[in-house]
Amino acid sequence: MIAVYKRELSACFKGMPGYLFTAFLLLFTGVYVMVYNLSGYSANFEYALSAVSFIYMIAVPVLTMRTMAEEKKQKTDQLLYALPLRMSQVVLGKYLALCTVLLIPCLVMAAYPLLLSLWGTVNLPTAYGALIAFFLLGAALLSVGMFVSAMTENQVASAVITLICMLILYLTGDLAAYLSPMSRASLIALCIAVAVLCALLYLLCRNLITSLVLCVLGVIAVYWYYVAEPLVFYGLFANILRSLSLFDRFYTFINGVFDLRHAVYFLSFAAVFLLLTVQALEKRRWAE
Amino acid sequence: MIRVSHLSKRYGDHTAVSDISFHIEKGVIYGFLGPNGAGKSTTMNILTGCLSATAGEVMILGHNIEEEPMKAKRHIGYLPEIPPVYMDMTPREYLLFVLEAKNVPKKDRGRQLESAMEKTGVTPMQHRLIRNLSKGYRQRVGIAQALLGDPEIIILDEPTVGLDPKQIIEIRELIRELGKSHTVILSSHILSEVQSVCEKVLIISGGRLLAVDTAENLARLLSGHEKMHLTVAGDAAKALLLLETLPNCRIAGTATLENGETEITLRPLSDCDIRKSVFDLFAANGLSLLEMHTEKASLEDVFLTLTANPDEKEAQTE
Repeated sequence: MIAVYKRELSACFKGMPGYLFTAFLLLFTGVYVMVYNLSGYSANFEYALSAVSFIYMIAVPVLTMRTMAEEKKQKTDQLLYALPLRMSQVVLGKYLALCTVLLIPCLVMAAYPLLLSLWGTVNLPTAYGALIAFFLLGAALLSVGMFVSAMTENQVASAVITLICMLILYLTGDLAAYLSPMSRASLIALCIAVAVLCALLYLLCRNLITSLVLCVLGVIAVYWYYVAEPLVFYGLFANILRSLSLFDRFYTFINGVFDLRHAVYFLSFAAVFLLLTVQALEKRRWAE
Repeated sequence: MIRVSHLSKRYGDHTAVSDISFHIEKGVIYGFLGPNGAGKSTTMNILTGCLSATAGEVMILGHNIEEEPMKAKRHIGYLPEIPPVYMDMTPREYLLFVLEAKNVPKKDRGRQLESAMEKTGVTPMQHRLIRNLSKGYRQRVGIAQALLGDPEIIILDEPTVGLDPKQIIEIRELIRELGKSHTVILSSHILSEVQSVCEKVLIISGGRLLAVDTAENLARLLSGHEKMHLTVAGDAAKALLLLETLPNCRIAGTATLENGETEITLRPLSDCDIRKSVFDLFAANGLSLLEMHTEKASLEDVFLTLTANPDEKEAQTE
């Protein structure tokens, strides 16, 4: 695992991605600190961070697009399969390398609250709490990018799909507010969600029967529950979206609350996508 | 060393490998021979754990590749069809990465690195980026990678494809050298290559194993397929009459060339050399022999022979 970690870390800084990612995040941190803190006379570094989190949408695909897709294209993934390594070691090694790259701009950002405190009263605990959350949010997003990269063979496709995923993740919280709270709307939305999940399952395991059976069972279960307890469905889908949203949870930290539950959520979110990545790579051994 | 039983691999409706069984013995150089798309690479990928088989099992020194992949893979060094090298690394960095990934103890790494680079001739290029190396050197780096960790079995998928003739000779020499201390399996679609390097040959076509045999037996099988082309000036009819008196060959065809010369194709009946008797015959009768060359049996001939005699095939696959 350590070998893969070292190799991935050096690869990030041998080409553009590592530098681009770091430079991009730091540039916009500088810009937003200037706008919010220096020009806006505010001592809250959190506000600047909240704005910078938007930049993840472009920065994450830049960093993750080559991770797995390039291996496949250059056929170096054959080496990883042939070496006495578990796929989980490969994925974890690569992921930790990406997180290390993310850590670099975060460490530089850690200087900002101290700098700001030279001219005003900065609440350091909330500022650093938000920075930790910023890192965890980034780590969660990187796991999504890595999964997409493992599913594609082309860096550009990987980048575009990751960008779309980032956009969806960014918007879920906001979109939830506009959804119809009607029970029937929730029912329909949930059924569609079940179908989408089963489609994803099919893409991962290519097992049509299992996916279809699960899809039908899922829809029946949802409908049965809807008939039994229609009131529960009032606003249910919007609530689910809101509670799944990464960015909504991040804003809690921006508001000065270090909620450990949200931190755990970020970590488990990343764990799920790492697991999916391992699965995607294992699936390739079974070949289409 | 390796025991393969009833191995099959299907891609959707297409069967790439169907019900292959064989046994690889220690210290022998094996050749996988077959035309493109015969299932050589698929079989090798399954042997090394890069692909999962649809059915059948592979045992590497008693370890099932699917159930104990970590233990099994430790005994194998593998060079896939396209050398799996990272373009942004130097050979030295790359080989150090592989050493670490193969979990070679730190104290052995330096020695193994130097010896692998020495054997494959990578040493002078060790500090250049692999991106800037020629195909031949990338291939060597790929082979060096397979040697690391001192595996007992070395599997090379088409190791000489894309190399220039000098490099091909060097790589073949290297493979012979490796064969002294390792079990080597290589694949090729070139008959002469397998004949010159390998001690045992596995012939694969259309996903099926047609024969497992020693290289000498294969050569004997092929000797009946040689063709001899003669170019004759002057009286072709007389030449044909004379050739018919030769005991060990028959005439397979004649053709008149544009400039009035005649080309005669002979098939030597058994593995005897008829060149001298042909020459003497022409010389004694005052006929001019302009050209004489022998055409070796081709891979297609091998497959035709093997598929034509099903009984013999059964006998050869144990």
